[in-house]
Amino acid sequence: MNGKIAFFGGIYNNYLALETAIADAHGRDISQIYCLGDLGAFGPHPDRVFPLLIENGIQTVQGNYDHSIGHALEDCQCGYSDPRDNHFASLSYAYTLENTSPEYRDWMKQLPAEIRFTWQNRSVLLCHGSPRKTNEFLWESTTSTAFLERLADEQDADIILGTHTGLHWHRRLENDRHFINVGVLGRPENDGTTNVWYTVLSVEEEEKRPENSSVSVEFIPVRYDYEKLAWEMEAENIPEEFIETIRTGWWTTCLEVLPAKERRAGKY
Amino acid sequence: MLLQPTVPMASLDELWFQVSGTLCNLKCEHCFISCSPVNDTFGYLSYERVMRMLQESIELGVKEYYFTGGEPFLNRELIPMIEQVLKVGPVTVLTNGTVLKADWLKRLQTAEQNSRYSLEFRVSIDGPTPEMNDPIRGERTFQRAMNGVAMLCEYGFLPIITITRTWEETEEDAILDSFRAVLKEHGYHRPRLKVLPRLKMGGEEKRTEGYTPLERITPEMMEGFDVSQLLCNHSRVVTDRGVAVCPILIESESAQMGETLKESLVDFPLLEGACYTCYQYGSICANPSSKKVEA
Ligand code: SF4
Ligand code: SF4
Ligand SMILES: [Fe+2]
Repeated sequence: MNGKIAFFGGIYNNYLALETAIADAHGRDISQIYCLGDLGAFGPHPDRVFPLLIENGIQTVQGNYDHSIGHALEDCQCGYSDPRDNHFASLSYAYTLENTSPEYRDWMKQLPAEIRFTWQNRSVLLCHGSPRKTNEFLWESTTSTAFLERLADEQDADIILGTHTGLHWHRRLENDRHFINVGVLGRPENDGTTNVWYTVLSVEEEEKRPENSSVSVEFIPVRYDYEKLAWEMEAENIPEEFIETIRTGWWTTCLEVLPAKERRAGKY
Repeated sequence: MLLQPTVPMASLDELWFQVSGTLCNLKCEHCFISCSPVNDTFGYLSYERVMRMLQESIELGVKEYYFTGGEPFLNRELIPMIEQVLKVGPVTVLTNGTVLKADWLKRLQTAEQNSRYSLEFRVSIDGPTPEMNDPIRGERTFQRAMNGVAMLCEYGFLPIITITRTWEETEEDAILDSFRAVLKEHGYHRPRLKVLPRLKMGGEEKRTEGYTPLERITPEMMEGFDVSQLLCNHSRVVTDRGVAVCPILIESESAQMGETLKESLVDFPLLEGACYTCYQYGSICANPSSKKVEA
């Protein structure tokens, strides 16, 4: 496969952002779109996400949420430890489980935990949290470069992409290897803006020496109709705290897992 | 005959430095390695030693670094050590918060700003009032630690307050709420709290009770258990005597695993009472709070 490829992170039921991101990607001459999992949680109307993924041929990795909903497990396996975080997580989990139809639960059950392929002579590995554990949080400020080099060696991958934390970031490793958190389409990034993010990979050719080509990583902001999403969340009685995040761009829950730098960047 | 319960060494993710050994300006009653101003069972780590181990850890792909003691800030080389380590990875410092100095924090603030990595502080305080804290940690330690927290906040840090659970489970919510209120009064507006179970060893064994022989992990208990919950599955600690399996068991002879990190990457038998506490509560040494409360 050649050309540009796009990656969506957690959707969290935000089918409106997903629609907008798909249209945006189509406008950018993208040859294939992938999704790294966590289709449910947080937002309204879970069942509106799946047709968009399936009809657009988006290859999808199974996130911790998808594994949980697929198998109707007790909780989302998000990996929170704080009681307040877990309280809110369990509310949206119960809502999502109740509103996901059985056919889509079966579809989620069969999603792969990772996807591997070769692109532009590079081996690419798509996972959800980390290649070794679906719900591992790899934050930019608590993940050493030496660790990522080891991961790339162990996994025999040139480019590793994940999501799960909700914040996009990129670390360039030796020999044009990369670790990329692709961000999420589900909720804004705790920076006071309402847009969400996805990621595009392309290769920059050096005209005279194509063997010196290098990978280029672009994070794309997606501006979608968040007011409409907020209304629908209100109509579905989704907790106020989640709606505030959609409208303000600040996280109000799930904060206790954040390391110092990421926590300081937010408002709460 | 059943085999003994064993934890595999999966991957060296966190490296701990016991930079001040068992030396501490305080002598808390529940301290599980009985630290005090005169306990030099374990001594200071030198700057050179830390740099050597750091180099080996980079080769092994270590993800995060922790500094502990005793009281790490008693080691005069702590600040340059942290400055160096922050160039290659995230750092967490476990402190009692009573000996912090403004010019140290200023240097550390700059070091963190120049780093892509987080510098975390964990400050131990054992109750939201002097009445609750001081009998365990020593006279006036509540106020002194609170001043330390306020100073950390002044320099832009968001310390994680770690609290050893010395109360009944039913009191937990009320105690944590009043903790949050007190911290806000001291200028800490988004307090982060972490509750720790008691480790019934060292000082705590004398203060209350030790482990009974039944409080041990059995081989059956390991079946289906997520071993990544245990620190020893993905960490090691450097002391002035070598590399040990975890910061909790440093005093035990069997916990010593050699001179280099590489030698220390082997399985370990879980035979101690403390292992039972790790098993029950999970991730007690990680920065986010552990999930389970005392049964
Ligand atoms: S618990 Fe901490 S502060 Fe108290 S004596 Fe032990 S090392 Fe020092
Ligand atoms: S005390 Fe805990 S961390 Fe240490 S060896 Fe036992 S189980 Fe592992
Ligand atoms: Fe996830």
